[in-house]
Amino acid sequence: MSREEIINRFRKKFEPEILDVTEKSPKRMIFTVRPEAILAIADYLYNSGGFRFIIATALHTRKGFEIHYHFSRDEIGLILNIHVVIDMDDPKIESLSNLFNASNWIEREMHELYGINFVNHPNQEKLISEGNWAEGVYPYRKEFK
Amino acid sequence: MSKKTLIPIGPYHPLQEEPELFKLYCDGEIVRDIKWETGYNHRGIEKLSESKTYDQVFFLVERICGICSTSHPFAFANAVEEIIGVEVTDRAKYIRSIIGELERIHSHLLWVGLAGHFLGYNTVFMWAWKYREPVLDLFEMITGNRNSYAMFRLGGVRRDIDESKIPEIQNILDGLKTKTDLLAGAVMDDPVIHARTKGVGILTKQDILDYAAVGPTARASGVAIDVRKDDPYAAYPLVNWKVITAEAGDVFAKAEVRLLEMYESVSIIEQCLKGLQKSEGQDIALKIKEIPEGMGMGRAEAPRGEVFHCVFSDGSNSPARHKIRAPSYVNIATFRKSCVGQTIADATISLAAVDPCYCCTERMAVAYDANSGKRLMNARELIELSVRKTSEIKNKLI
Repeated sequence: MSREEIINRFRKKFEPEILDVTEKSPKRMIFTVRPEAILAIADYLYNSGGFRFIIATALHTRKGFEIHYHFSRDEIGLILNIHVVIDMDDPKIESLSNLFNASNWIEREMHELYGINFVNHPNQEKLISEGNWAEGVYPYRKEFK
Repeated sequence: MSKKTLIPIGPYHPLQEEPELFKLYCDGEIVRDIKWETGYNHRGIEKLSESKTYDQVFFLVERICGICSTSHPFAFANAVEEIIGVEVTDRAKYIRSIIGELERIHSHLLWVGLAGHFLGYNTVFMWAWKYREPVLDLFEMITGNRNSYAMFRLGGVRRDIDESKIPEIQNILDGLKTKTDLLAGAVMDDPVIHARTKGVGILTKQDILDYAAVGPTARASGVAIDVRKDDPYAAYPLVNWKVITAEAGDVFAKAEVRLLEMYESVSIIEQCLKGLQKSEGQDIALKIKEIPEGMGMGRAEAPRGEVFHCVFSDGSNSPARHKIRAPSYVNIATFRKSCVGQTIADATISLAAVDPCYCCTERMAVAYDANSGKRLMNARELIELSVRKTSEIKNKLI
């Protein structure tokens, strides 16, 4: 399947969920989607789309918490970024760890550093600072001094 | 209900570069479950990076890992150069690839040696580390450092490789080829090593996809992913080489992939040296005046697998956010698949199969009975257990 087919198929399937598309280069695409759709999209990419989950990057910006989920289609060297913006007052999003184990640790890490809650995560314990960091203090938030 | 014995490996120090703690829950000799604790060495590098300038971040990310210290600057350079939209000169590409491949050779040799050591084969350990020495000398000659080479900068590299050094580099590479032949023969044809590593710590293709494992770990299970081929960068698309894979997914397959990759690396370096002669006179670094706002994703194939850097720029001279994913982050999680169901004696080599670096072994492990809290065995005894298994097999075979 060519790169265009892969992308068109994805766009067609999730048309109502996609809020914005940025094509940085032929090998880098960013889709901003509704956070509610993340589980269905990840399910499609992993199980039908032939994508590999690389990692997720969380950011704390004026818009709220943003997460970039990076997926790679290795045969064509494409990185597909699924970008979501989560409300700052109640930061939560569906966990992907029940789909693939690869997201287990990074979700625990984002929970620990940003305080984002991953709904239905099998084991949302601290990953890095178990036992030596205060509860409810999130070091990667912008207000942290 | 059967009693389970807790055997902690760590926190100082199992097989990775950083201290971490593996808890093996064992029923008799068999590992039934494994849990992992980390954070002992969390240095907050991602956060620290936000307070450094782009030039300083190169030195910072180089210190993430001592063994693959050029992979992180490589991926970071790829990410930031993607934001700027600049392509470095061919000469800089060749030099970058030479450093990257030399690093792969020295890292794989280090791993082969340590794997041998943990099987009770100290001859392999001493050979591999002896053969690794000229590679480090080569690094010193080219970069001025045996480790943490500080070769990368934005838009190119810091030092040129002088024409007069090429014959000597070629000389060391020739020596390396014959030594790799020796080592590969010693490891691949040894019946005891076969008995200790074949069928041990198997990862299936599905496990690799589930845990998103990368590098030799994935390639040994038949998943042919290699960033150098899939998302080509630096001089890799300019030279001929092939991705090495194996199907079995066990420790032996991982050793096989690493040993054969060393031949490919030598061949890549030789082609890059020819490329250097062709690109004589080109600049080794471009002048970068400013970094625009935007986001860049850079990947590089480290000896252990794909390194991923995601950099967000706000137009200032330091990154607004810098996410780093090292290959071990995904590879370590596969221990749950590779170790469970194995014996304790095989756990050490199964853990080592993903990533080498055993140090501080003396304080590596102490085993306690989970119920009584009584001390059962220490690190030395655990390694002796593995060595004893090898000698038993040896005796049977002879």
